[in-house]
Amino acid sequence: MIETRGLRKSFMSRQGREKKTVDAVRGVDLTVDEGEIFGFLGPNGAGKTTTLRMLATLIQPDGGEATIAGADLRKDPGEVRRRIGYVAQGGSTWDDSTAREELVLQGRLYGISKSVATERANRVLEGFQLSEYADRKCKTYSGGQRRRVDIALGIIHEPKVVFLDEPTTGLDPQSRAHMWDEIRRLRAEGMTVFITTHYLDEADALCDRISIMDNGEIVASGTPAALKREISGDVVRVGVSSPARAAEALGSADFINKLETHDDSVRLYVDEGATAIPLILRALDSASVPLGTIELHRPSLDDVFLTKTGRSLRES
Amino acid sequence: MKLVRDTSLIFQRQMQLLLRNPVWILVGIFQPVMYLLLFAPLLKPALGVRTNAEAYEIFVPGLLVLLAIFGGLFQGFGLIAELRAGVIERSRVTPVSRFALLLGRSLRDTVSLLAQAVIITLLALAFDLRVFIGNLMLAYLMLALISLMTSALSYGVALAVKSEDALAPLMNTVAQPVLLLSGILLPLTFAPGWLQAVADWNPFSWAVNGVRALFLGDLGAPAVWQGLLIMAALAALALAWAARLFARSVR
Ligand SMILES: Nc1ncnc2c1ncn2[C@@H]1O[C@H](COP(=O)(O)OP(=O)(O)O)[C@@H](O)[C@H]1O
Ligand SMILES: [Mg+2]
Repeated sequence: MIETRGLRKSFMSRQGREKKTVDAVRGVDLTVDEGEIFGFLGPNGAGKTTTLRMLATLIQPDGGEATIAGADLRKDPGEVRRRIGYVAQGGSTWDDSTAREELVLQGRLYGISKSVATERANRVLEGFQLSEYADRKCKTYSGGQRRRVDIALGIIHEPKVVFLDEPTTGLDPQSRAHMWDEIRRLRAEGMTVFITTHYLDEADALCDRISIMDNGEIVASGTPAALKREISGDVVRVGVSSPARAAEALGSADFINKLETHDDSVRLYVDEGATAIPLILRALDSASVPLGTIELHRPSLDDVFLTKTGRSLRES
Repeated sequence: MKLVRDTSLIFQRQMQLLLRNPVWILVGIFQPVMYLLLFAPLLKPALGVRTNAEAYEIFVPGLLVLLAIFGGLFQGFGLIAELRAGVIERSRVTPVSRFALLLGRSLRDTVSLLAQAVIITLLALAFDLRVFIGNLMLAYLMLALISLMTSALSYGVALAVKSEDALAPLMNTVAQPVLLLSGILLPLTFAPGWLQAVADWNPFSWAVNGVRALFLGDLGAPAVWQGLLIMAALAALALAWAARLFARSVR
């Protein structure tokens, strides 16, 4: 559905008297499949928005190519516009307009007739549970409501692909959960959804596949599960009163890659926690070591980011 | 035709929002009326004319041109607010004509200016001003061209600088000399020769001379067609320039 090769963009930025070139995006290759939720995960300034703005025809790439929903970004930006929806990071509604007015106008800007646009507006208002507020001015909406209007505006023309730039940034946990449901609903309706996020849990829970972006480059791509599997196994922490005896009982097991003894626990590095735990329990039981607690730590996307960039996403 | 359809969409939307804001309408009407009622009476002695009608024949055209220039030049602020709200970006991801994004807005500005002009003319009629309807229509055409030009100019600059802090001083810098060196408020008949020479290079002084000739009933005066021609050319230039900025990247 989306295919890019070597997409690049630099900006000239002025710092005081000096001019500096910022390489915002330095060669992005990616493939997004039809009907998936694809995520761009990366810290602020990684180049996510710049990439999206290039794909949405808002800025011209300095280099590279892209095909979006079958249309060539360079040769036929007009056709790209017709086939995609784009929801900017900073919102898109006017304080003194109502959601319904905004939706009908947006539909008509896409060339849809007034009656069809009105009917579509009704439908998406319903879908996004906004009917109740549809005729109130946008400035009276809550953050979550206003964000839903933004997304509704991005899909009023029923595009094949929709780009959502940080759809949940700044929302409270409840609105975020609501928004995730809305995004999944878009996928269920057959749309391909391309989101950006700097939230680890969002990339993990919502996206079918992700690309991790840092400093204008993609550093890793895949399903969240595969990315996590790739970097390291799981860690099982076994709380026992005598770690030495536990270590002795488990020391020779070949499914354990590494064993650390701590004050009141042992930490076991294994490939697959779910299959290791029964074996651990059995070994401890047959050596008659009384078990206190057992915890499974799976690697997070933050561990992936750390491995690839040497920094933690939480800190950057 | 797509351009016409898109332009009317943008225009309707902008008109709707304008009419929704009663404060703006009040200010837009109140201000020129104050000029007319409070400033004009001082003019009769200053201009050395005998009747109110004569004073208004000179002053009303200047006031109208002034409103057209200033009304247009400060429209850019609204556009910056729209940029900030993301409305422009939202329009630019659609296949809507980029020229329509500009023209729809400039036409709104022109219509609201003409509404002001009509109110002022009607009031001046009450003070014995007399003008032929045909001449008046040509004068309004001149005002419309000025308004199209200055509002397009303001939108273009707004898109280029993207901040109110930069737009305000820029527009003031443009407006000041234009105002002082055009004989808009007072004719330059008594001005020293060098000032008149400078004013010849000010396109708006041609416009205001044209409108004055029309209000005096002198349809055949060269100032009329010269003013209209200059304003039409400049309006076309300003629209073409600003439309390019709408088509190019924003932010
Ligand atoms: N219009 C611009 N002018 C100058 N620099 C820009 C512009 N847009 C983005 N940048 C720079 O490009 C880099 C990437 O920005 P962006 O794409 O917004 O990142 P993200 O969306 O991942 O936070 C940043 O360093 C940012 O400052
Ligand atoms: Mg961003």
